[in-house]
Amino acid sequence: MTLIQIIEILEARVVFGPNADETEILSVCASDLMSDLLHFSVRPKAMLITGLTNSQVVRTAEISEIKAVVFVLDKTPEREAVELARQKNIPLLVTRLSRFTACGRLYSEGLRSCTGEDR
Amino acid sequence: MIKGVIEGSFHITGGDFTNAGIASSEVKSILTGLGISSDIVRRAAIATFEAEMNVIIHAVAGVMHYYVSSERIRVVINDMGAGIPDIEQAMQEGFSTAPDWVREMGWGAGMGLPNIKKNSDVFRLESAVGEGTTLEIILNLREEDLHEAE
Ligand SMILES: Nc1ncnc2c1ncn2[C@@H]1O[C@H](COP(=O)(O)OP(=O)(O)O)[C@@H](O)[C@H]1O
Ligand SMILES: [Mg+2]
Repeated sequence: MTLIQIIEILEARVVFGPNADETEILSVCASDLMSDLLHFSVRPKAMLITGLTNSQVVRTAEISEIKAVVFVLDKTPEREAVELARQKNIPLLVTRLSRFTACGRLYSEGLRSCTGEDR
Repeated sequence: MIKGVIEGSFHITGGDFTNAGIASSEVKSILTGLGISSDIVRRAAIATFEAEMNVIIHAVAGVMHYYVSSERIRVVINDMGAGIPDIEQAMQEGFSTAPDWVREMGWGAGMGLPNIKKNSDVFRLESAVGEGTTLEIILNLREEDLHEAE
């Protein structure tokens, strides 16, 4: 699925979105715990759904090669987070949806967990 | 081809969440630039990032040294700080002494040391209470892990 499709499904606004039509997302992780992400985000082309807005979320995405980050409940990422995302070319989206609904919509469209379960 | 040993170091300041991850990010791009396979680079980056965060969260200051040869990636992180009284306990998944405000930032799940161990071939942790902690990790490289850098 491309990031463009995900933007539609989540009714998201784009904070930073280079090449959204070319960015392919194959799996999703939803977490507010950085070490869990570093532990489990094993699938390539994963996207993160989170409620944290600090720059370490983006740093964790960079280190674990997560391709895009979605902030739920209309939370706007901090300025440092946006700056780092631009530097590292990691798209950032904001949705007004809750984690549950965001995950549910993406699951019903066929995306699965970055942990590899439920395939 | 990696000729000889490529080495360098970074300073890490305790409590400096603004610059958290810069050292690991640099190490990651150096390893990528040397033509090391992405799987190994990713494992090394995760291990060094968790180690860097441990200095930022739990210590006062530290230094990260990296040494890369065609045989291995070796990273040593030395810090001054409270140290770890019980290493066996600290190694348990979920054990953490991180305060609540650190947890609210997304850290302190108690998975850092287990993550570092999981992603390295050699893992050595030594600590002196009231003085500091030294962590050494090694990732072995095989011939097929090295391709020509661009
Ligand atoms: N460099 C360090 N200096 C002092 N204590 C440390 C250091 N690294 C780890 N620890 C101790 O070990 C515990 C477990 O570390 P870790 O598995 O990384 O979990 P976390 O960092 O999430 O607490 C920490 O909560 C802390 O008590
Ligand atoms: Mg830790």
